[in-house]
Order: sequence, then structure tokens, then C-alpha cells
Amino acid sequence: MGAATLFVVSIIIFSAMELLPGDFGETILGQAATEETVAAFRRELGLDQPAVVRYGQWVVAVLQGDLGTSFSGRNASGTDRSREVVDLVIPRLRNTLFLASMAALVAVPLSLFLGISTALYRNSFYDRSVNTATLTTISFPEFFVAYILILFLSSLNSVFPSLANVDANTHFGERIYRAALPALTLTLVIVAHMMRMTRAAIINLLASPYIQMARLSGASPTEVILKHALPNAWAPIATVIAFNLAYLVVGVVVVEVVFVYPGIGQLMVDAVASRDIPVVQGCALIFAITYILLNLTADIIGIVTNPRLLHPK
Amino acid sequence: MMNNKTKRGDVLLSIKGLKIQGFSDEKWHDIINGIDLTLHAGEVLGLIGESGAGKSTLGLAAMGYTQPGCRITEGEIIFDGVDLAKLSDSEKRKFWGNRMTYVAQSAAASFNPARRLIVQTTASTIRAGIKSRQDAYDDAKQLYDVLNLPDPDNIGDRYPHQVSGGQLQRVMTAMAMSPRPDLLVFDEPTTALDVTTQVEVLASMRSIVQEFNTAAIYITHDLAVVAQMADVIKVLRYGSEVEEAPTREMLIAPKQEYTKSLWSVRALEKPQQEAQASVLSLKGIDASYGSAKVLNNVNIEIPKGSTVAIVGESGSGKSTAARVITGLLPQKSGIVRFDGEDLPPELARRSKEQKRRIQMIYQMADTAMNPRQTVREIIGRPLDFYLGIRGAAQTRRVTDLLEMIELDASFMERLPAELSGGQKQRICIARALAAEPDFIICDEVTSALDQIVQEGILKLLMRLQEELGLTYMFITHDISTVNAIADQVVVMNQGEVVEQGLKTDVFQPPHPDYTALLLSSVPEMDPDWLTNLIGKRADAGH
Repeated sequence: MGAATLFVVSIIIFSAMELLPGDFGETILGQAATEETVAAFRRELGLDQPAVVRYGQWVVAVLQGDLGTSFSGRNASGTDRSREVVDLVIPRLRNTLFLASMAALVAVPLSLFLGISTALYRNSFYDRSVNTATLTTISFPEFFVAYILILFLSSLNSVFPSLANVDANTHFGERIYRAALPALTLTLVIVAHMMRMTRAAIINLLASPYIQMARLSGASPTEVILKHALPNAWAPIATVIAFNLAYLVVGVVVVEVVFVYPGIGQLMVDAVASRDIPVVQGCALIFAITYILLNLTADIIGIVTNPRLLHPK
Repeated sequence: MMNNKTKRGDVLLSIKGLKIQGFSDEKWHDIINGIDLTLHAGEVLGLIGESGAGKSTLGLAAMGYTQPGCRITEGEIIFDGVDLAKLSDSEKRKFWGNRMTYVAQSAAASFNPARRLIVQTTASTIRAGIKSRQDAYDDAKQLYDVLNLPDPDNIGDRYPHQVSGGQLQRVMTAMAMSPRPDLLVFDEPTTALDVTTQVEVLASMRSIVQEFNTAAIYITHDLAVVAQMADVIKVLRYGSEVEEAPTREMLIAPKQEYTKSLWSVRALEKPQQEAQASVLSLKGIDASYGSAKVLNNVNIEIPKGSTVAIVGESGSGKSTAARVITGLLPQKSGIVRFDGEDLPPELARRSKEQKRRIQMIYQMADTAMNPRQTVREIIGRPLDFYLGIRGAAQTRRVTDLLEMIELDASFMERLPAELSGGQKQRICIARALAAEPDFIICDEVTSALDQIVQEGILKLLMRLQEELGLTYMFITHDISTVNAIADQVVVMNQGEVVEQGLKTDVFQPPHPDYTALLLSSVPEMDPDWLTNLIGKRADAGH
């Protein structure tokens, strides 16, 4: 199922590339280039072959772990300084995953805690304040949240650095310190969604007859939520968490740009601007894989927590 | 270990002048207006009434519990000297699952699907500190045994979806009995069960209540059931008491008109018609859902102008037979012959005329209508589709049809949500009639309705049959409904026809085993019925 989805996605990615206006040759060589030069350049990159053939070559290569070679820095523009897409993408992906894990480690437990506690004290002052606060942070665009954080935590009180420029030599503690603000921004953006969904999934179950039954057998509100509602609410909660984790990987471009964080989102944006098709395709494919894997995990959690599927008759 | 401080005969619970309101449509409505109730230790009180009478609300209030959106506005609920109406939730929790317990209507929905049965059975007993975990588990296994559950030592390790509905209902009774409460509230505990299962569950509930001398409130709309369980019966209507009397007295001589009308529904009986030529026959029908076979060589003859009742428990294949006739489920083999011609198995291959002549009315009138369409649109659609009647002619015809089902033209612009349960079912009948069919399949059309409303619908169906010469196939699990309307009876069990023929023949001995079991399981208004039946079955078993 996941593999089939991936196959369809690969076709869509490839076709989208074909639809992109402009072409790498013209972009690089400029308006003044003669038709012969452009044609020669295209031939070198293999762009003169039909799309179906190129798609086939690409898929076969990808299956062997080869995402191709970046268009930039080719022979035609002087000496061959071109780099493998894999070499470009992997360090960036590592950075993005580092940032995503950092945000997730804070955001997921926090939103579960907030979701459960607001369900427990629903319609109380606490519930309303948490709801309002999280709704506020999700309502602002990410870059706005990011700049506000920079203003208060970096400019006015220098707690964290405003630039999160890390490289391969930055050691672990330093990385955490530098990535703190982008991670905080992402946390603020995704907590609302996960927390509200957790709260809603639990409250939705509170109308079930077995919840009334639990209350009538003397269970306290905390016990009702933790022992009776939560175990049956994991499937929707896992889905929304997976959705947000995927967002942490694929949707962080804006935050990366604001904090000059060398992640994969920024790489992709640069590649689109220069029509560097192999890089764009590589990034898009990695995003698709991330989405599919996370959703698969959520489905598996949904199955594992469902006693009907786990303990068949 | 037992926490019964009360002796038999002492007043255990006394409710005085209780008023409860519920919040809906932006305002508070009275649900219970001023009810008094006294329950002695070890006594079983039956609460009966139609839906909306407030019986469940009263039963829960006896435990000091109100559902979300409800509030107690007046009155006191004194349980063993303590006024529950004045206690906070955390104080009441000390009583719940300890000195008072609850058995809900739908056991399947009332167990937490994620926890093992024995954990749920003993949770409140352990929490209240009545027994240690080990003792509570041992005791639960004994209770399972007393309640006649299969494999009592291990059934508790299962999850709720792994046992049958009747078993779950008994596990819930064990759960309610586990802390040895003083008061047990049964809220329609057997309504969702088949009759043959109901007998066993009722018998085990009654014996366990007697064994531990527990006081109980038994809520139901079924008079015959309450007659088996209760020492005293209280009749409720619109949140007020109609009358209260000891069970035998109440059954023999109800005082109030309303109570008498509840009793009279069961007396409805149709004069039986002799069999005529068949209008529809099923010959050797096999059908299955995927690989699961649900009908096995089913042969049914339905005589023209008569009512044929298909009787059987859930899973017997009676609704599947209807799906085969209407073409919704093409049969694997066999023939459906209607008025001399063989119908194509698939709905898509049937002509419009063939579809028009067979119509269906469903159990849940609620879900059988589009909630966004008005009554005019609902009835007008088959008029347009089958007969091409539009515009002013359609309006006239809808008015006629409404008149036929005893509703006036003012209902034309209403939405389903603005109708009562009985009115909704009438609209569904009108929609079926609009196609001017010869044959109507009624699938449990009265089982979601109150008894008095049921009587109205059944009378309407019979009148329409007389006037229009309709043939009915009436699917039901309720034997008293069969008595009321059927000419012919088909008994089904596990996908096969057990017996069929004229009602008088089928209902008279000798019976095949299954028919005998089914008929003897239908509760009767005699308070000794259950005792006698259990005695007879025990004798037969030895």
C-alpha cells in the first residue's frame, strides 16, 4: 500500500517537474546564449530525451539509492564541480531531522498533557486559557511567531542566538542551543493542533455508555479519563501526531529561512529557483517517504491499540 | 465482608417530591415532576412506561446520579439515612460501585472495549477496598458460575467483543453484584437480547438478586418481563406516577385508564385469512455475505393479499431473505418468482415496473429518510420516479396519501426531525404506498416504537391491506406482533426455514424443537411464568 502510494507520488513529482516553466539551460546560460549552446547543454544533461525514458532512468537509479547528480557546477560552465544529490541532501536532511526531533520531543508530550488535562477540567478557566493561548499561537503565521521570539529571547534578552547556522562540526550541546529558537517556534505552531485533537478525541468518548458506566461504578474523573477514555482514543491522536510530525519535516521552510538554518526545506527552495531538477526531485521524494512512513506508523498504532484487531474472537 | 447494614423490610431508599429538569433547545424542561418512591431492603421495584416517561432518569436519580445536562431542582433522595441530592460528586462516588450498582441496557456499549472483563467486573470492588484483588477475582469467577456463564474460570480474561450479547449482559450483572450492593438498578437489561437469550438472562438475574437479598429497581417497557422480576410495579408517564401496586394486583386489576391501555395492546389479534395462490415464492434460495453462508435452501410461499410473518432471532437470515427479494443481495442459487415471472437476481437488471411493485419499510424510520427533505419531497419522489406524477397532481396525491396514513396536509412541509417516532414510520409507509405496490416488505417496522404507537401502526397496516389488497411480508422477532397481524408464519433459524404454514397451525403443538423453544421463551403476563418455565426446562433436562 505504502509502496503503491510512493509509486504514484513519484510519477506526480516527475510530471510536476516537466510542467515547471523555464529550463535549466536557459536559466544558467542566460538570454544571450545561442540555440546551439542551449541544445548542447541540454544534451549533456540528458534533457533532450523523451520524458518517459527519463522517468524510467530516474526510477531505476533511485531504486539503487542514486538520486542523480545536481545540474549546478557542470562541465559546461567550466570545470566539473557538480555534486551527487545524495551528498547534498543527506547532511541537510540530518539537520532537518535534528530540528524536527527537538521540536517533537517537546511538543508531543506537552500537547498530550495539555489535551488530557483540558479534557479533565473541560470548560474550566484553565481549559479556556489553554485553548485561547494555543489558538493564538497557531493563528499567527510562523514567521511572525519566529520574529516575536527573536525579539524577546534574542534581541531584548540574549537568551538564545537568533541565527541557527550549524554545520557538520557543531557539537551536540551547541546544536541544541542554536536550534532552540526554531524548535520553540515549531512547537508553538504544532501544539495547538495536537492538543485540541487529543482533547476532542477524549471528550468525544466521554459520551459513550461505558464512560457513564465507569462513573456509576465510582471511578474518579481522572480514572475515567486515563483508564477508560484515553486507551480508546489513541487512533485519532496518533493520526494527528503523525500529521504534525510530517509537517515538522516537510513544512519548515519558512522557519528555516528566518533562522538561516541549513535544512532540507531551504535546499529545495534554492533548487526550485535554479531549476536544479534532480535536487528538487530528490527532496520531494524524501518528503513523500516521510509522510508515508509517518502515516503508516499512525495506522499501525491505531491497529495495535484496538482490542478488536489485537485480540480477534 | 458484606456491607449490608440494612435488614429485609427496612426502608432502604426513599425519594420524596423529586423534580428533575433537562436542558435542551436553550431551555430547561421538566423530566421528572414530583415523584415519591419507597424501596425496602431486598425488594424489587419495577418501573414501567413508554420512552420519555422518565423511567431511566428516575432509576439513575435513585443512585443520586443525573446525566450531563440534567439537574435535580427539588426533593430528596434518602438512601440509608443520607440525602444523596445534597452530596457532592466525590461523596457520592463512595456509594457508587459499592453500596449501589447499575446494569445498563446495552452491555456491548457499556463495557470498555479496551479492558478485560474480569478487570472491569472487579474494579469497583477493589477500589472500594471491599475485597483484595485475589478475593475479588475468585468471587467474580464464582459469580460467573452462578450466572451460568460458560467456562467461568477463564471467561473473565476475554475482551468484551469476544463474548456474545447475552453473556455480556450476565457479566455486567456479575460486575454489579461483585461489591454486594444494597441497591441494584437494572435499566432495560434485556431489551437488546433475543427472546431465547432473554429467558436465561432474566432467570439468572432473578436468582442472584434473591440469593443475596439485594434490593433492585428494574426499569423496562415490557410488562411481561417486569411481571417476572418485580414485587411492586410503578407505572410512569410524562415524568409523573400513574399508579403503583404489588405486581399481582397490578396485573389483575390496573386502576388507571392509561395502565389499562398499556395492557390492552397485547390483545390485538387479526382474524386469519385462508391461503390463496402465491404472489411471491422463494425456491431453493442460497445466499451469502462473502464466504459466510446466511441462507441455505430457503423456500417460502407468500399468498396474495395475506400477511406472512417471518420470525426468528438475530442472525436467523430473515432480513437477508428480504434483501434477496428486493435484489439488494443477489442469491447464489435459487429463484425468486413474483406474480408468475422470475425476477432477475440483480437489482440493476430489474425493470422499473418490477421495482415499483415491491416496496420496503424499514425498522429505523429515522435513518430511512433524508433528514434534509420535507415530507412532500420524501413522498413525492417515488410518485415522480415510478409514475411520472409531478406538479399540482403530485401535491394532490401526496395529500391523499397523507390522509390515508391518518395525517393531514399540514405535515407536507415538515422535516423528519419535526416528527414523532410513530409519525416518521407513517411517512415511510406513505412513501412505500406512493409507488402503488402489490407487495410490501416490513422489516421490524414496529420494534423501535412504544407499545401504544405500535398498535396504531399495526392497525394502519391492516386497514391499508383491506382497502388496497396489499400483500405483506412482515419480518419480526416479536411473537405478540405476529399474533396481531399475521395470517401465515415462517419460522427461521440459522439461515433455514424451520417451519411454515397458517398461524394457527404453526402456533399449535406439535412443534419442531426450535419453534417450541422460541414460543415458550416469549414472556407472558403471568408472574409465575418464568418460575414455571425454568422448572419445566430443568425437568426436561434431567
